[in-house]
Amino acid sequence: MRELRYCEAISEAIVQCMAEDPSIFVAGEGVDDPVGTHGTTKEATRLFGRSRVLDLPNSENACAGVAVGAAAQGMRPLVVYTRQDFMFLAMDAVVNLAAKWRYMYGNKGGVPVVTRAVVGRGWGQGATHSQSLHSVFGHFPGLYVATPASPADAKGLLVQALRLDTPTVLVENRGLYQLTGPVPEEAVPIPFGRGRIARHGSDVTVVAASLMVHEAERAADLLAGQGIGVEVIDIRSIRPLDETIVCESVARTGRLVVADTSWARYGFSAEVAAVVAENLPGALRKPVRRLTLPDCPAPVSMPLEQAFHPNAGRIVEACLDLLDGGEVELSAFDDVASGVVGPY
Amino acid sequence: MSSTETQPEDTPIDHRTDLLRQMLRIRRFEERCAELYSASKIRGFLHLYVGEEAVAVGVTHALSEDDALVSTYRDHGHALARGVPMDAVMAEMYGKATGCSRGRGGSMHLFDVRRRFYGGNAIVAGGLPLSVGLALGDVMSGRRRVSACFFGDGAVAEGEFHECLNLAALWQLPVLFCCENNLYAMGTALNQAQAVTDLALRASSYGLTSWPVDGMDVIAVAEAAQRAVEGVRAGAGPCFLELRTYRFRAHSMYDPDRYRDKEEIERWKQRDPIDGLAADLRAHGELTDDELSGIEEGIKKELDQAVAMAETAPVEPVEDLTRFVYAERPR
Repeated sequence: MRELRYCEAISEAIVQCMAEDPSIFVAGEGVDDPVGTHGTTKEATRLFGRSRVLDLPNSENACAGVAVGAAAQGMRPLVVYTRQDFMFLAMDAVVNLAAKWRYMYGNKGGVPVVTRAVVGRGWGQGATHSQSLHSVFGHFPGLYVATPASPADAKGLLVQALRLDTPTVLVENRGLYQLTGPVPEEAVPIPFGRGRIARHGSDVTVVAASLMVHEAERAADLLAGQGIGVEVIDIRSIRPLDETIVCESVARTGRLVVADTSWARYGFSAEVAAVVAENLPGALRKPVRRLTLPDCPAPVSMPLEQAFHPNAGRIVEACLDLLDGGEVELSAFDDVASGVVGPY
Repeated sequence: MSSTETQPEDTPIDHRTDLLRQMLRIRRFEERCAELYSASKIRGFLHLYVGEEAVAVGVTHALSEDDALVSTYRDHGHALARGVPMDAVMAEMYGKATGCSRGRGGSMHLFDVRRRFYGGNAIVAGGLPLSVGLALGDVMSGRRRVSACFFGDGAVAEGEFHECLNLAALWQLPVLFCCENNLYAMGTALNQAQAVTDLALRASSYGLTSWPVDGMDVIAVAEAAQRAVEGVRAGAGPCFLELRTYRFRAHSMYDPDRYRDKEEIERWKQRDPIDGLAADLRAHGELTDDELSGIEEGIKKELDQAVAMAETAPVEPVEDLTRFVYAERPR
């Protein structure tokens, strides 16, 4: 299969879906800019013009509701937020209206507003420009929330979102845009709620979302050299959540690490731990380990920021700890996203 | 209907009587709802529109079936004027499965997509962007329709209000913004919330055509709305009507209404839109007592039937509690 970068896979999904469905339009701050949101909306602007790729003013609150209104009568808005942090201003329309529309108005149709929200870390982006908010949106019934980790999933999950009748939030980690991988040429949807085993292993399960899947895979590579089998589960979507794939793996390994780029309290990692506790109360040989953000906002200071983000090294340490397995040399073990040079 | 500015004699007699009938229908519906609420037949919220009927009736009169309407949490009058059947509205008040939102939305979330009634909305100013989005969808699809939106003076305090007026003007969208200025956002008087209380002026600062209208005079509202809709439909961009009105009753059933002078309320009641029009029709020999009784009787019959149907209608089974969060069959 031919390979594409993550950003190219997104662009291809948008262009193919827009060509087959005239009701789809892209909207967001700067989406028609020559750079085109990390290159993801450039081709759509070239092919379909500014009548279908709308530059929005800094009115996140209203624009989120505008998208719901357009969707209410058959349009399919694809709203892009260059930083998910800005979505706090859009919460009312997303949570109070879009997520509840079908239920509250008696099942007279849905409002398929698809949102792409860029998250990420590094470069001193600080407290209000580097948050991953999938756990926040994952809380609300009525939404789908996906965290594509690979180019193929970035395409397939977006294609799926643009064909369903459900408001969806797709979380894209900035550190993944230049990642390459095999991507089908056709617009093949990937269903929500089905995780993927990224690495097979029998000693410890690592459940991860988005960027942390890659950190977990690197940890698995390193531990494989020690004879330790790490099973890496790429959850793909956190709502709906694939409980089965998590439980089946933990039933085999008896050890669980959850690696996530959001906070531990009430977050994705808490949810996965709860699913295991509810379904497999006797399966764990050791307590669950959660590798998440420390309980503080993101700092700008470089050493503090480096200590802030979970990475492969910490996953390795957690796995070894669960296996009582000594130590591994972790020097020169950069983060996956450390090669990213922007633009941020 | 033509504007009286050009053809004052053209307003047909039976048409004015129909406006009266529609206002009475809303008034009687809500009076019955208040009784049913006291009898615990209706639960949850109940925000009455009594006193403001001329606004809903006048504005919806100017809209065509194809146009869209977005409402607020004070939505009974809007829904009834738009043509949502009274029995479906009453059943929704009761929380019954036959309600226009299956009993899941209640008083504040009446909805009827067939009549392009895109919902009561319980978040202040939450409906404004919806109407802008509906209009955007129309323009992108090449349809010539108008999206009208009701909201109160309280919405002016929300950022969304200002963002939406700007977006509609920026994109020249066919939106009719209908501000029901009843002078109070719950218990907060307009002049306690806004430095500039001339709301039509506020709207014009965003580049919208706007003007104030006597919201207690249904003929004035209907004419203003007609003129506004004609402009919006013709592509002249969005329009803003500040409909100056007053609610005779409290904000909701649990509001002791202590923030207003009784005298102020009485003064506005002298301008009751129903009494005013009825007196005018009588004075011009366009309405007899018998005709008025006939109208009242017809409304009572419709209302009795709506209540009877709501009383006996089924509720949704508890097994369906978590249904319809998502589409059941993906396309």
